[in-house]
Amino acid sequence: MGSNMAENHPVAFRWPMKAKMNGAKLIHVDPRFTRTSAACDLHVPLRSGSDIAFIGGLINFVVNSERWNTEPFFRDYVVNYTNAATIVRSDFQDTEDLEGVFSGLKPEPSAGIEQWPYNAFVGTYDTASWGYDRPGGVAREDIDADQRKAATMRSGEAEDATQPSQGAGDDARRSSVPPEGWDAMVRSLKPAPARRDPTLQDPRCVFQILKRHFSRYTPEMVESICGTPRDKFLEVAQSLLDNSGPDRTSAFAYAIAWTQHTYGVQIIGSAALLQLLLGNMGRPGGGIMALRGHAAIQGSTDVPTLYHSIHGYMAAPSALKEHDTLADYLRAEVTPTGYWANMPKFMVSYLKSMWGDAATAENDFGYDWHPKLLGDHSHMASFAAMVEGKIRGAFIVGQNPATSINAKLERDGLRKLEWLVVKDNWLTETATHWYAAPEVRDGSVKVEDIQTEIFFFPSTQIAEYEGSFTNTQRMLQWHFKASDPPGDCRTDTWFYYQLGRRLKRMYAGSTLARDQGFLNLVWDYEPDPQSGRVSHTMGEADELKVLREINGYYTGRPKEHLPGFAALKDDGSTTCASWIYCGCFPSWDRNLTAARTPDPPGTPGAHLGWGYAWPANRRVLYNRASADLQGRPWSERKRWVWWDGSRWTGYDVPDFAATKAPNAPANPNGIGLDALSGTDAYIMKGDGKGWLYVPSGLVDGPLPTHYEPVESPVRNALYPQQQTSPVYKHWRKGADDNRIAEVEDPRFPHVMTTFRLTEHYLSGAMSRWLPWLAELQPELFVEIGHDLAREKGIANLDRVVVSSPRGAVRAKALVTHRIGVMTIAGKRVHQVGMPWHWGWAGLVKGDIVNELTSLIGDPNVSMHEGKTFVCNVERA
Amino acid sequence: MTVSRREFLRVSTGAGAGTALGGMLGLGISLAPARARAQELRIKDTRTVPSLCPFCSVGCATLIHTRDGEIVNIEGDPRSPHNEGTLCPKGAAIYQLHRNPNRPTRVLHRKPGATEWEEVDREWAMDRIAELTKRTRDDTFIERLPNGKLVNMTPAIFHLGGATLDNEFNHVCQKILRGIGVVAIENQARI
Repeated sequence: MGSNMAENHPVAFRWPMKAKMNGAKLIHVDPRFTRTSAACDLHVPLRSGSDIAFIGGLINFVVNSERWNTEPFFRDYVVNYTNAATIVRSDFQDTEDLEGVFSGLKPEPSAGIEQWPYNAFVGTYDTASWGYDRPGGVAREDIDADQRKAATMRSGEAEDATQPSQGAGDDARRSSVPPEGWDAMVRSLKPAPARRDPTLQDPRCVFQILKRHFSRYTPEMVESICGTPRDKFLEVAQSLLDNSGPDRTSAFAYAIAWTQHTYGVQIIGSAALLQLLLGNMGRPGGGIMALRGHAAIQGSTDVPTLYHSIHGYMAAPSALKEHDTLADYLRAEVTPTGYWANMPKFMVSYLKSMWGDAATAENDFGYDWHPKLLGDHSHMASFAAMVEGKIRGAFIVGQNPATSINAKLERDGLRKLEWLVVKDNWLTETATHWYAAPEVRDGSVKVEDIQTEIFFFPSTQIAEYEGSFTNTQRMLQWHFKASDPPGDCRTDTWFYYQLGRRLKRMYAGSTLARDQGFLNLVWDYEPDPQSGRVSHTMGEADELKVLREINGYYTGRPKEHLPGFAALKDDGSTTCASWIYCGCFPSWDRNLTAARTPDPPGTPGAHLGWGYAWPANRRVLYNRASADLQGRPWSERKRWVWWDGSRWTGYDVPDFAATKAPNAPANPNGIGLDALSGTDAYIMKGDGKGWLYVPSGLVDGPLPTHYEPVESPVRNALYPQQQTSPVYKHWRKGADDNRIAEVEDPRFPHVMTTFRLTEHYLSGAMSRWLPWLAELQPELFVEIGHDLAREKGIANLDRVVVSSPRGAVRAKALVTHRIGVMTIAGKRVHQVGMPWHWGWAGLVKGDIVNELTSLIGDPNVSMHEGKTFVCNVERA
Repeated sequence: MTVSRREFLRVSTGAGAGTALGGMLGLGISLAPARARAQELRIKDTRTVPSLCPFCSVGCATLIHTRDGEIVNIEGDPRSPHNEGTLCPKGAAIYQLHRNPNRPTRVLHRKPGATEWEEVDREWAMDRIAELTKRTRDDTFIERLPNGKLVNMTPAIFHLGGATLDNEFNHVCQKILRGIGVVAIENQARI
C-alpha cells in the first residue's frame, strides 16, 4: 500500500517477486493499476487518502475473527509483547464518544511565539488524558509546568530578562550536571507502574478501547469511504489473517503515498497497530517496510539535516520546552525505563563532539551554546517565513524548491532573499528561477527587480568522491572515489567544510559571548598525510575523519574508536556525534560500512558481513519478538533469534540484553533495561511493549482515525461532524497564494494523486539532463479514466489543462483503464494522477505539477499533503 | 542546451549494453560468452572501484571501471545481496551523470538586479558567501527571548539539502550550521 514498488524500487521488487515464486501472495492496494499491480496476485483499488479507513477495516476484521480470538499465538503475542492489556486514564475519551475528536481538544489555532509565528496548527490537543492509568503516581507527562519548574535546578525562566547574556562557562551560570552522575535524576523520573488487565476485559484497557474505536470500520463502511468493492476488501483481510501466525508472517511495504498527508503518521501507525495485533513485528518476513526514496535519505534523517532533531533521534533543544539547562533538557526528554534511559550518555557524548575540550561538566558540556528552536522551522514553515521576508539567506544543496510544494509560492519566497547559494550538479530550476521562471518569462516579474545575490556551485558526482550512504534498511554502505571531478566541481562536504574554515578565521579573536560557542566548535577534517589515499582533491575534508567523529572515540584519543554505543559514558570521557552509528567504524583500520562480504547462497541471509545496519548491525529490529515467551522460535520456519539457555543467539544480532533470560522479572527499582522483563521485547519503549495505542508522543491522537484529506470532494462518512484532522497545519491560511478548496467545491470535483516514473527522479534534476532517461520519458502527462475522458470530450494525447485553487498546468492526456471513477458514499468521484518530474530546465521540459499543491501538512512532522488534493481537468 | 539526435545515439550506444545485460543476468539467463566479449571491449585494462547507486534508497552496489582516471563503465556489483549485479534504468544511467556535455563545471555568480550570470573564481565566491553568512548571522542573532530564555540562534538563514548526499556531508552541514546558530536546517526527508 502507498507504494508502486515495481516502478520506483524496481531492483528491490525482485525480492517480493522471488517470494511469489516461492508461494507468497502479493497484494497491491492502490488508487492506480500500475506495473506493481500487474505483477501482484491481487490489485485492490481505493480512493487516494482513504488508507486509514481501509486499515481500520482490517483491524476490525481481525479482532472480531474467530481464528484471532482462539489461536494462542495471537493472544500470547498481544498480551505480552504489546500494550493491549494496559489501562488508560479514566478521563480519556475516544472519537467515538466525542463525534470525531479525542479528549483534550483546544480548537483555536496556534501559531507559536511572537518571534516565530509559523507553527500553523489549526487546533491543538492537551494530550494528558491519553496517558496510562498510574494509580501509584502521575506520569511525567502529567506533571504540570509549575511543578517541573520547581523541580528544576536552575530555570532560564527565572532569570531577569534584562540581564546581559552569560555565555556557558561564565561563573555566574552554575552547572546543572549532578556531581553524583545522572542516574539519580533518571531514577527520579520513573513513573508508577501502569495498571494492566491481562484478561483484556477491562473496558478501559487498550484492547477494549481500540476494539470500540474501530467497531464501525465495517466492510460496508470501507466500501463507502474507500470505494473498494467489499469482496476485494474481504479477500485482503482473510489473506492477511491466514498468512499470519507462528508459521507465517506478512509484511507491508509503503512509500511516500503514506506520508504526504495531513494524517500520514497515523496511516503508518495504523499499519503498526495491525501488524502488532497479527504478531508480524520483530519477525523475519514481517514488519512495515518504509521504501524511502533516496540513496541517503535515511542517513539525512539519522544524521539530521532536519530542524527538529539532533543526532540519533534526540530532540533539538527548543525554546518552547523546558530545555533551559542540560539537566532540564534531559529531564524533559529521557524515558527512565527502556534503552532511552541512556540518553545522558548519548547527549553528553554528542556535546563533546561539538565542542571538544571546551565542553566540560562545569559548563553543562557547552549545552548553552547549542541553538534552540523558536517553533516550526520545517520546509513549509520556512517558505511561509521567506515569503514574509523573515529569512534573508539560503543554502540550497542538491534540492529544487523552485519546483516544490506550491511552486510559485516557493519561488516568490526565493525572490525575497538577500542571497541564495545553489549547489548542484545541474543548472536546476532553482538555479535559474530568476531568469527562467514562468512569471519572469511572462513579464509579471522583472529580472532587474530581483535583488537576490545568487551563487551556483557545481558538484561532484558519486564516482568522484568517497563516503557513506544509509539505505532504506538502515544500512550504511561506503563508496570509494574512482575519478577526479572536472573543473570547479567539488563535494557538498567541501562547501560547508570550506565555509566553516573561513568563518573560523573571521570570528577568531572575538570576545563576544555569542561567538564563543562557534570559536570552540571542533572543526578539523584536514586529511591525515598518512591516510594513504590514492587521490585526494585539494581542499576536501577527510571523509574518514568525519565518519570517525560520527562513530566516536575515547576523548583525547581519536585513534581509539568506540566499539559500540554500549561503551558510551555520560561524564565526557567519550566523544560521539551519533550514538546510533557508534560501532560502524569500531577501530581506525576497520570501516564496517565498506564491508562487502555477502552470505553464501542457501543460508538464512542476514548478510551481516555486507555493510553495517544500525543499531549494532541488526537487520531486524525488536527481534526478541521472533521468539516466544520462553525464548524458543515461534516455529522452525520462522526461526530468527532465540535463547540458548545462557544467552540470546540466532541469525541476526539479538535486539535484547544479551544474557537476560526470558523468564527474568523486571527490577521494580531499576532504570533502563533493568526495569524491563525478559519478555519486554520492545526495548526502546518505556514499558517494553509494542504500542497499539500511543499514550504520548503524538499530537493528533493516540489511535488512527479516518479523516478526509483537507481537500476532498466528499464529506466524512464516519464522522459527519469532523471533516478533517482537527489539528493539521495550514500555513498562510487566508492568503491568496495558498488557497484551499472547500469540501464539495464544484470547480474542483476530481481527486488528484501524484506519482513517479521509473525513468525519472523527483523534480528531474538527476534524470532530465541524461539523454538515455530523457528519451524514455520525454513528456508530462495526466492519467485519466475513460469515463472522465468521455464526459469532457478528451481523447488520448489531447492537450489538457489541470487546475487546483493554487494554479494550473498543461499536459497531455493519457486515457487508460488503470485509473478511473469510484463510487464514494454514493457519489461518483473521478481520480486522476500525474507524475511530477518536469520543469523548464533539462533536455526535456514540461510544466511543474507542484504549481497545484499547497502548504498544508501533518501536525506531527510537517509533511505536506501532496498525495491527495482536488483538481479540475479541461481540454486546453 | 540541447543534444542532437546523432550525439544522443552516439552516447547511447556507449554503455547501453550494460542495462540489457544486467537485466538478463537478473533473470538467470546465461550470457557468459556475450559478457566475456563485452568486458573485453569495455573494461580491458581498467581499474575497478566499488561504489553505489545515488538514486533511490535500495542501496544497489556498483562497480566503476576507470582507465587512466577516466570512467569508462559503471555496472551492478554481482556480489551485492541487494541487487546481485542488476540495476534499473536509472542505475544503468549513472555513467551519464558523470560523462555528460550538459554538466556545469564552473562557479557562477549573479549580482542583485543583474540579467546575466558571470563566471567567478571559486575561492572568491567562497569568501563572499562567508562574508554574507557572517553578516546575516550577526545582524539577526538572538541571544535571549524577551522572557529571558537563552536561545543563541538566528532564524534568518535557511538550509535545504537533497537526500542523495553522504552521511558525512549531512554531519558536516548540520554541525557548522548549528555551530553558528542556524536552526532552519531542512532536507528532502520531510518532502
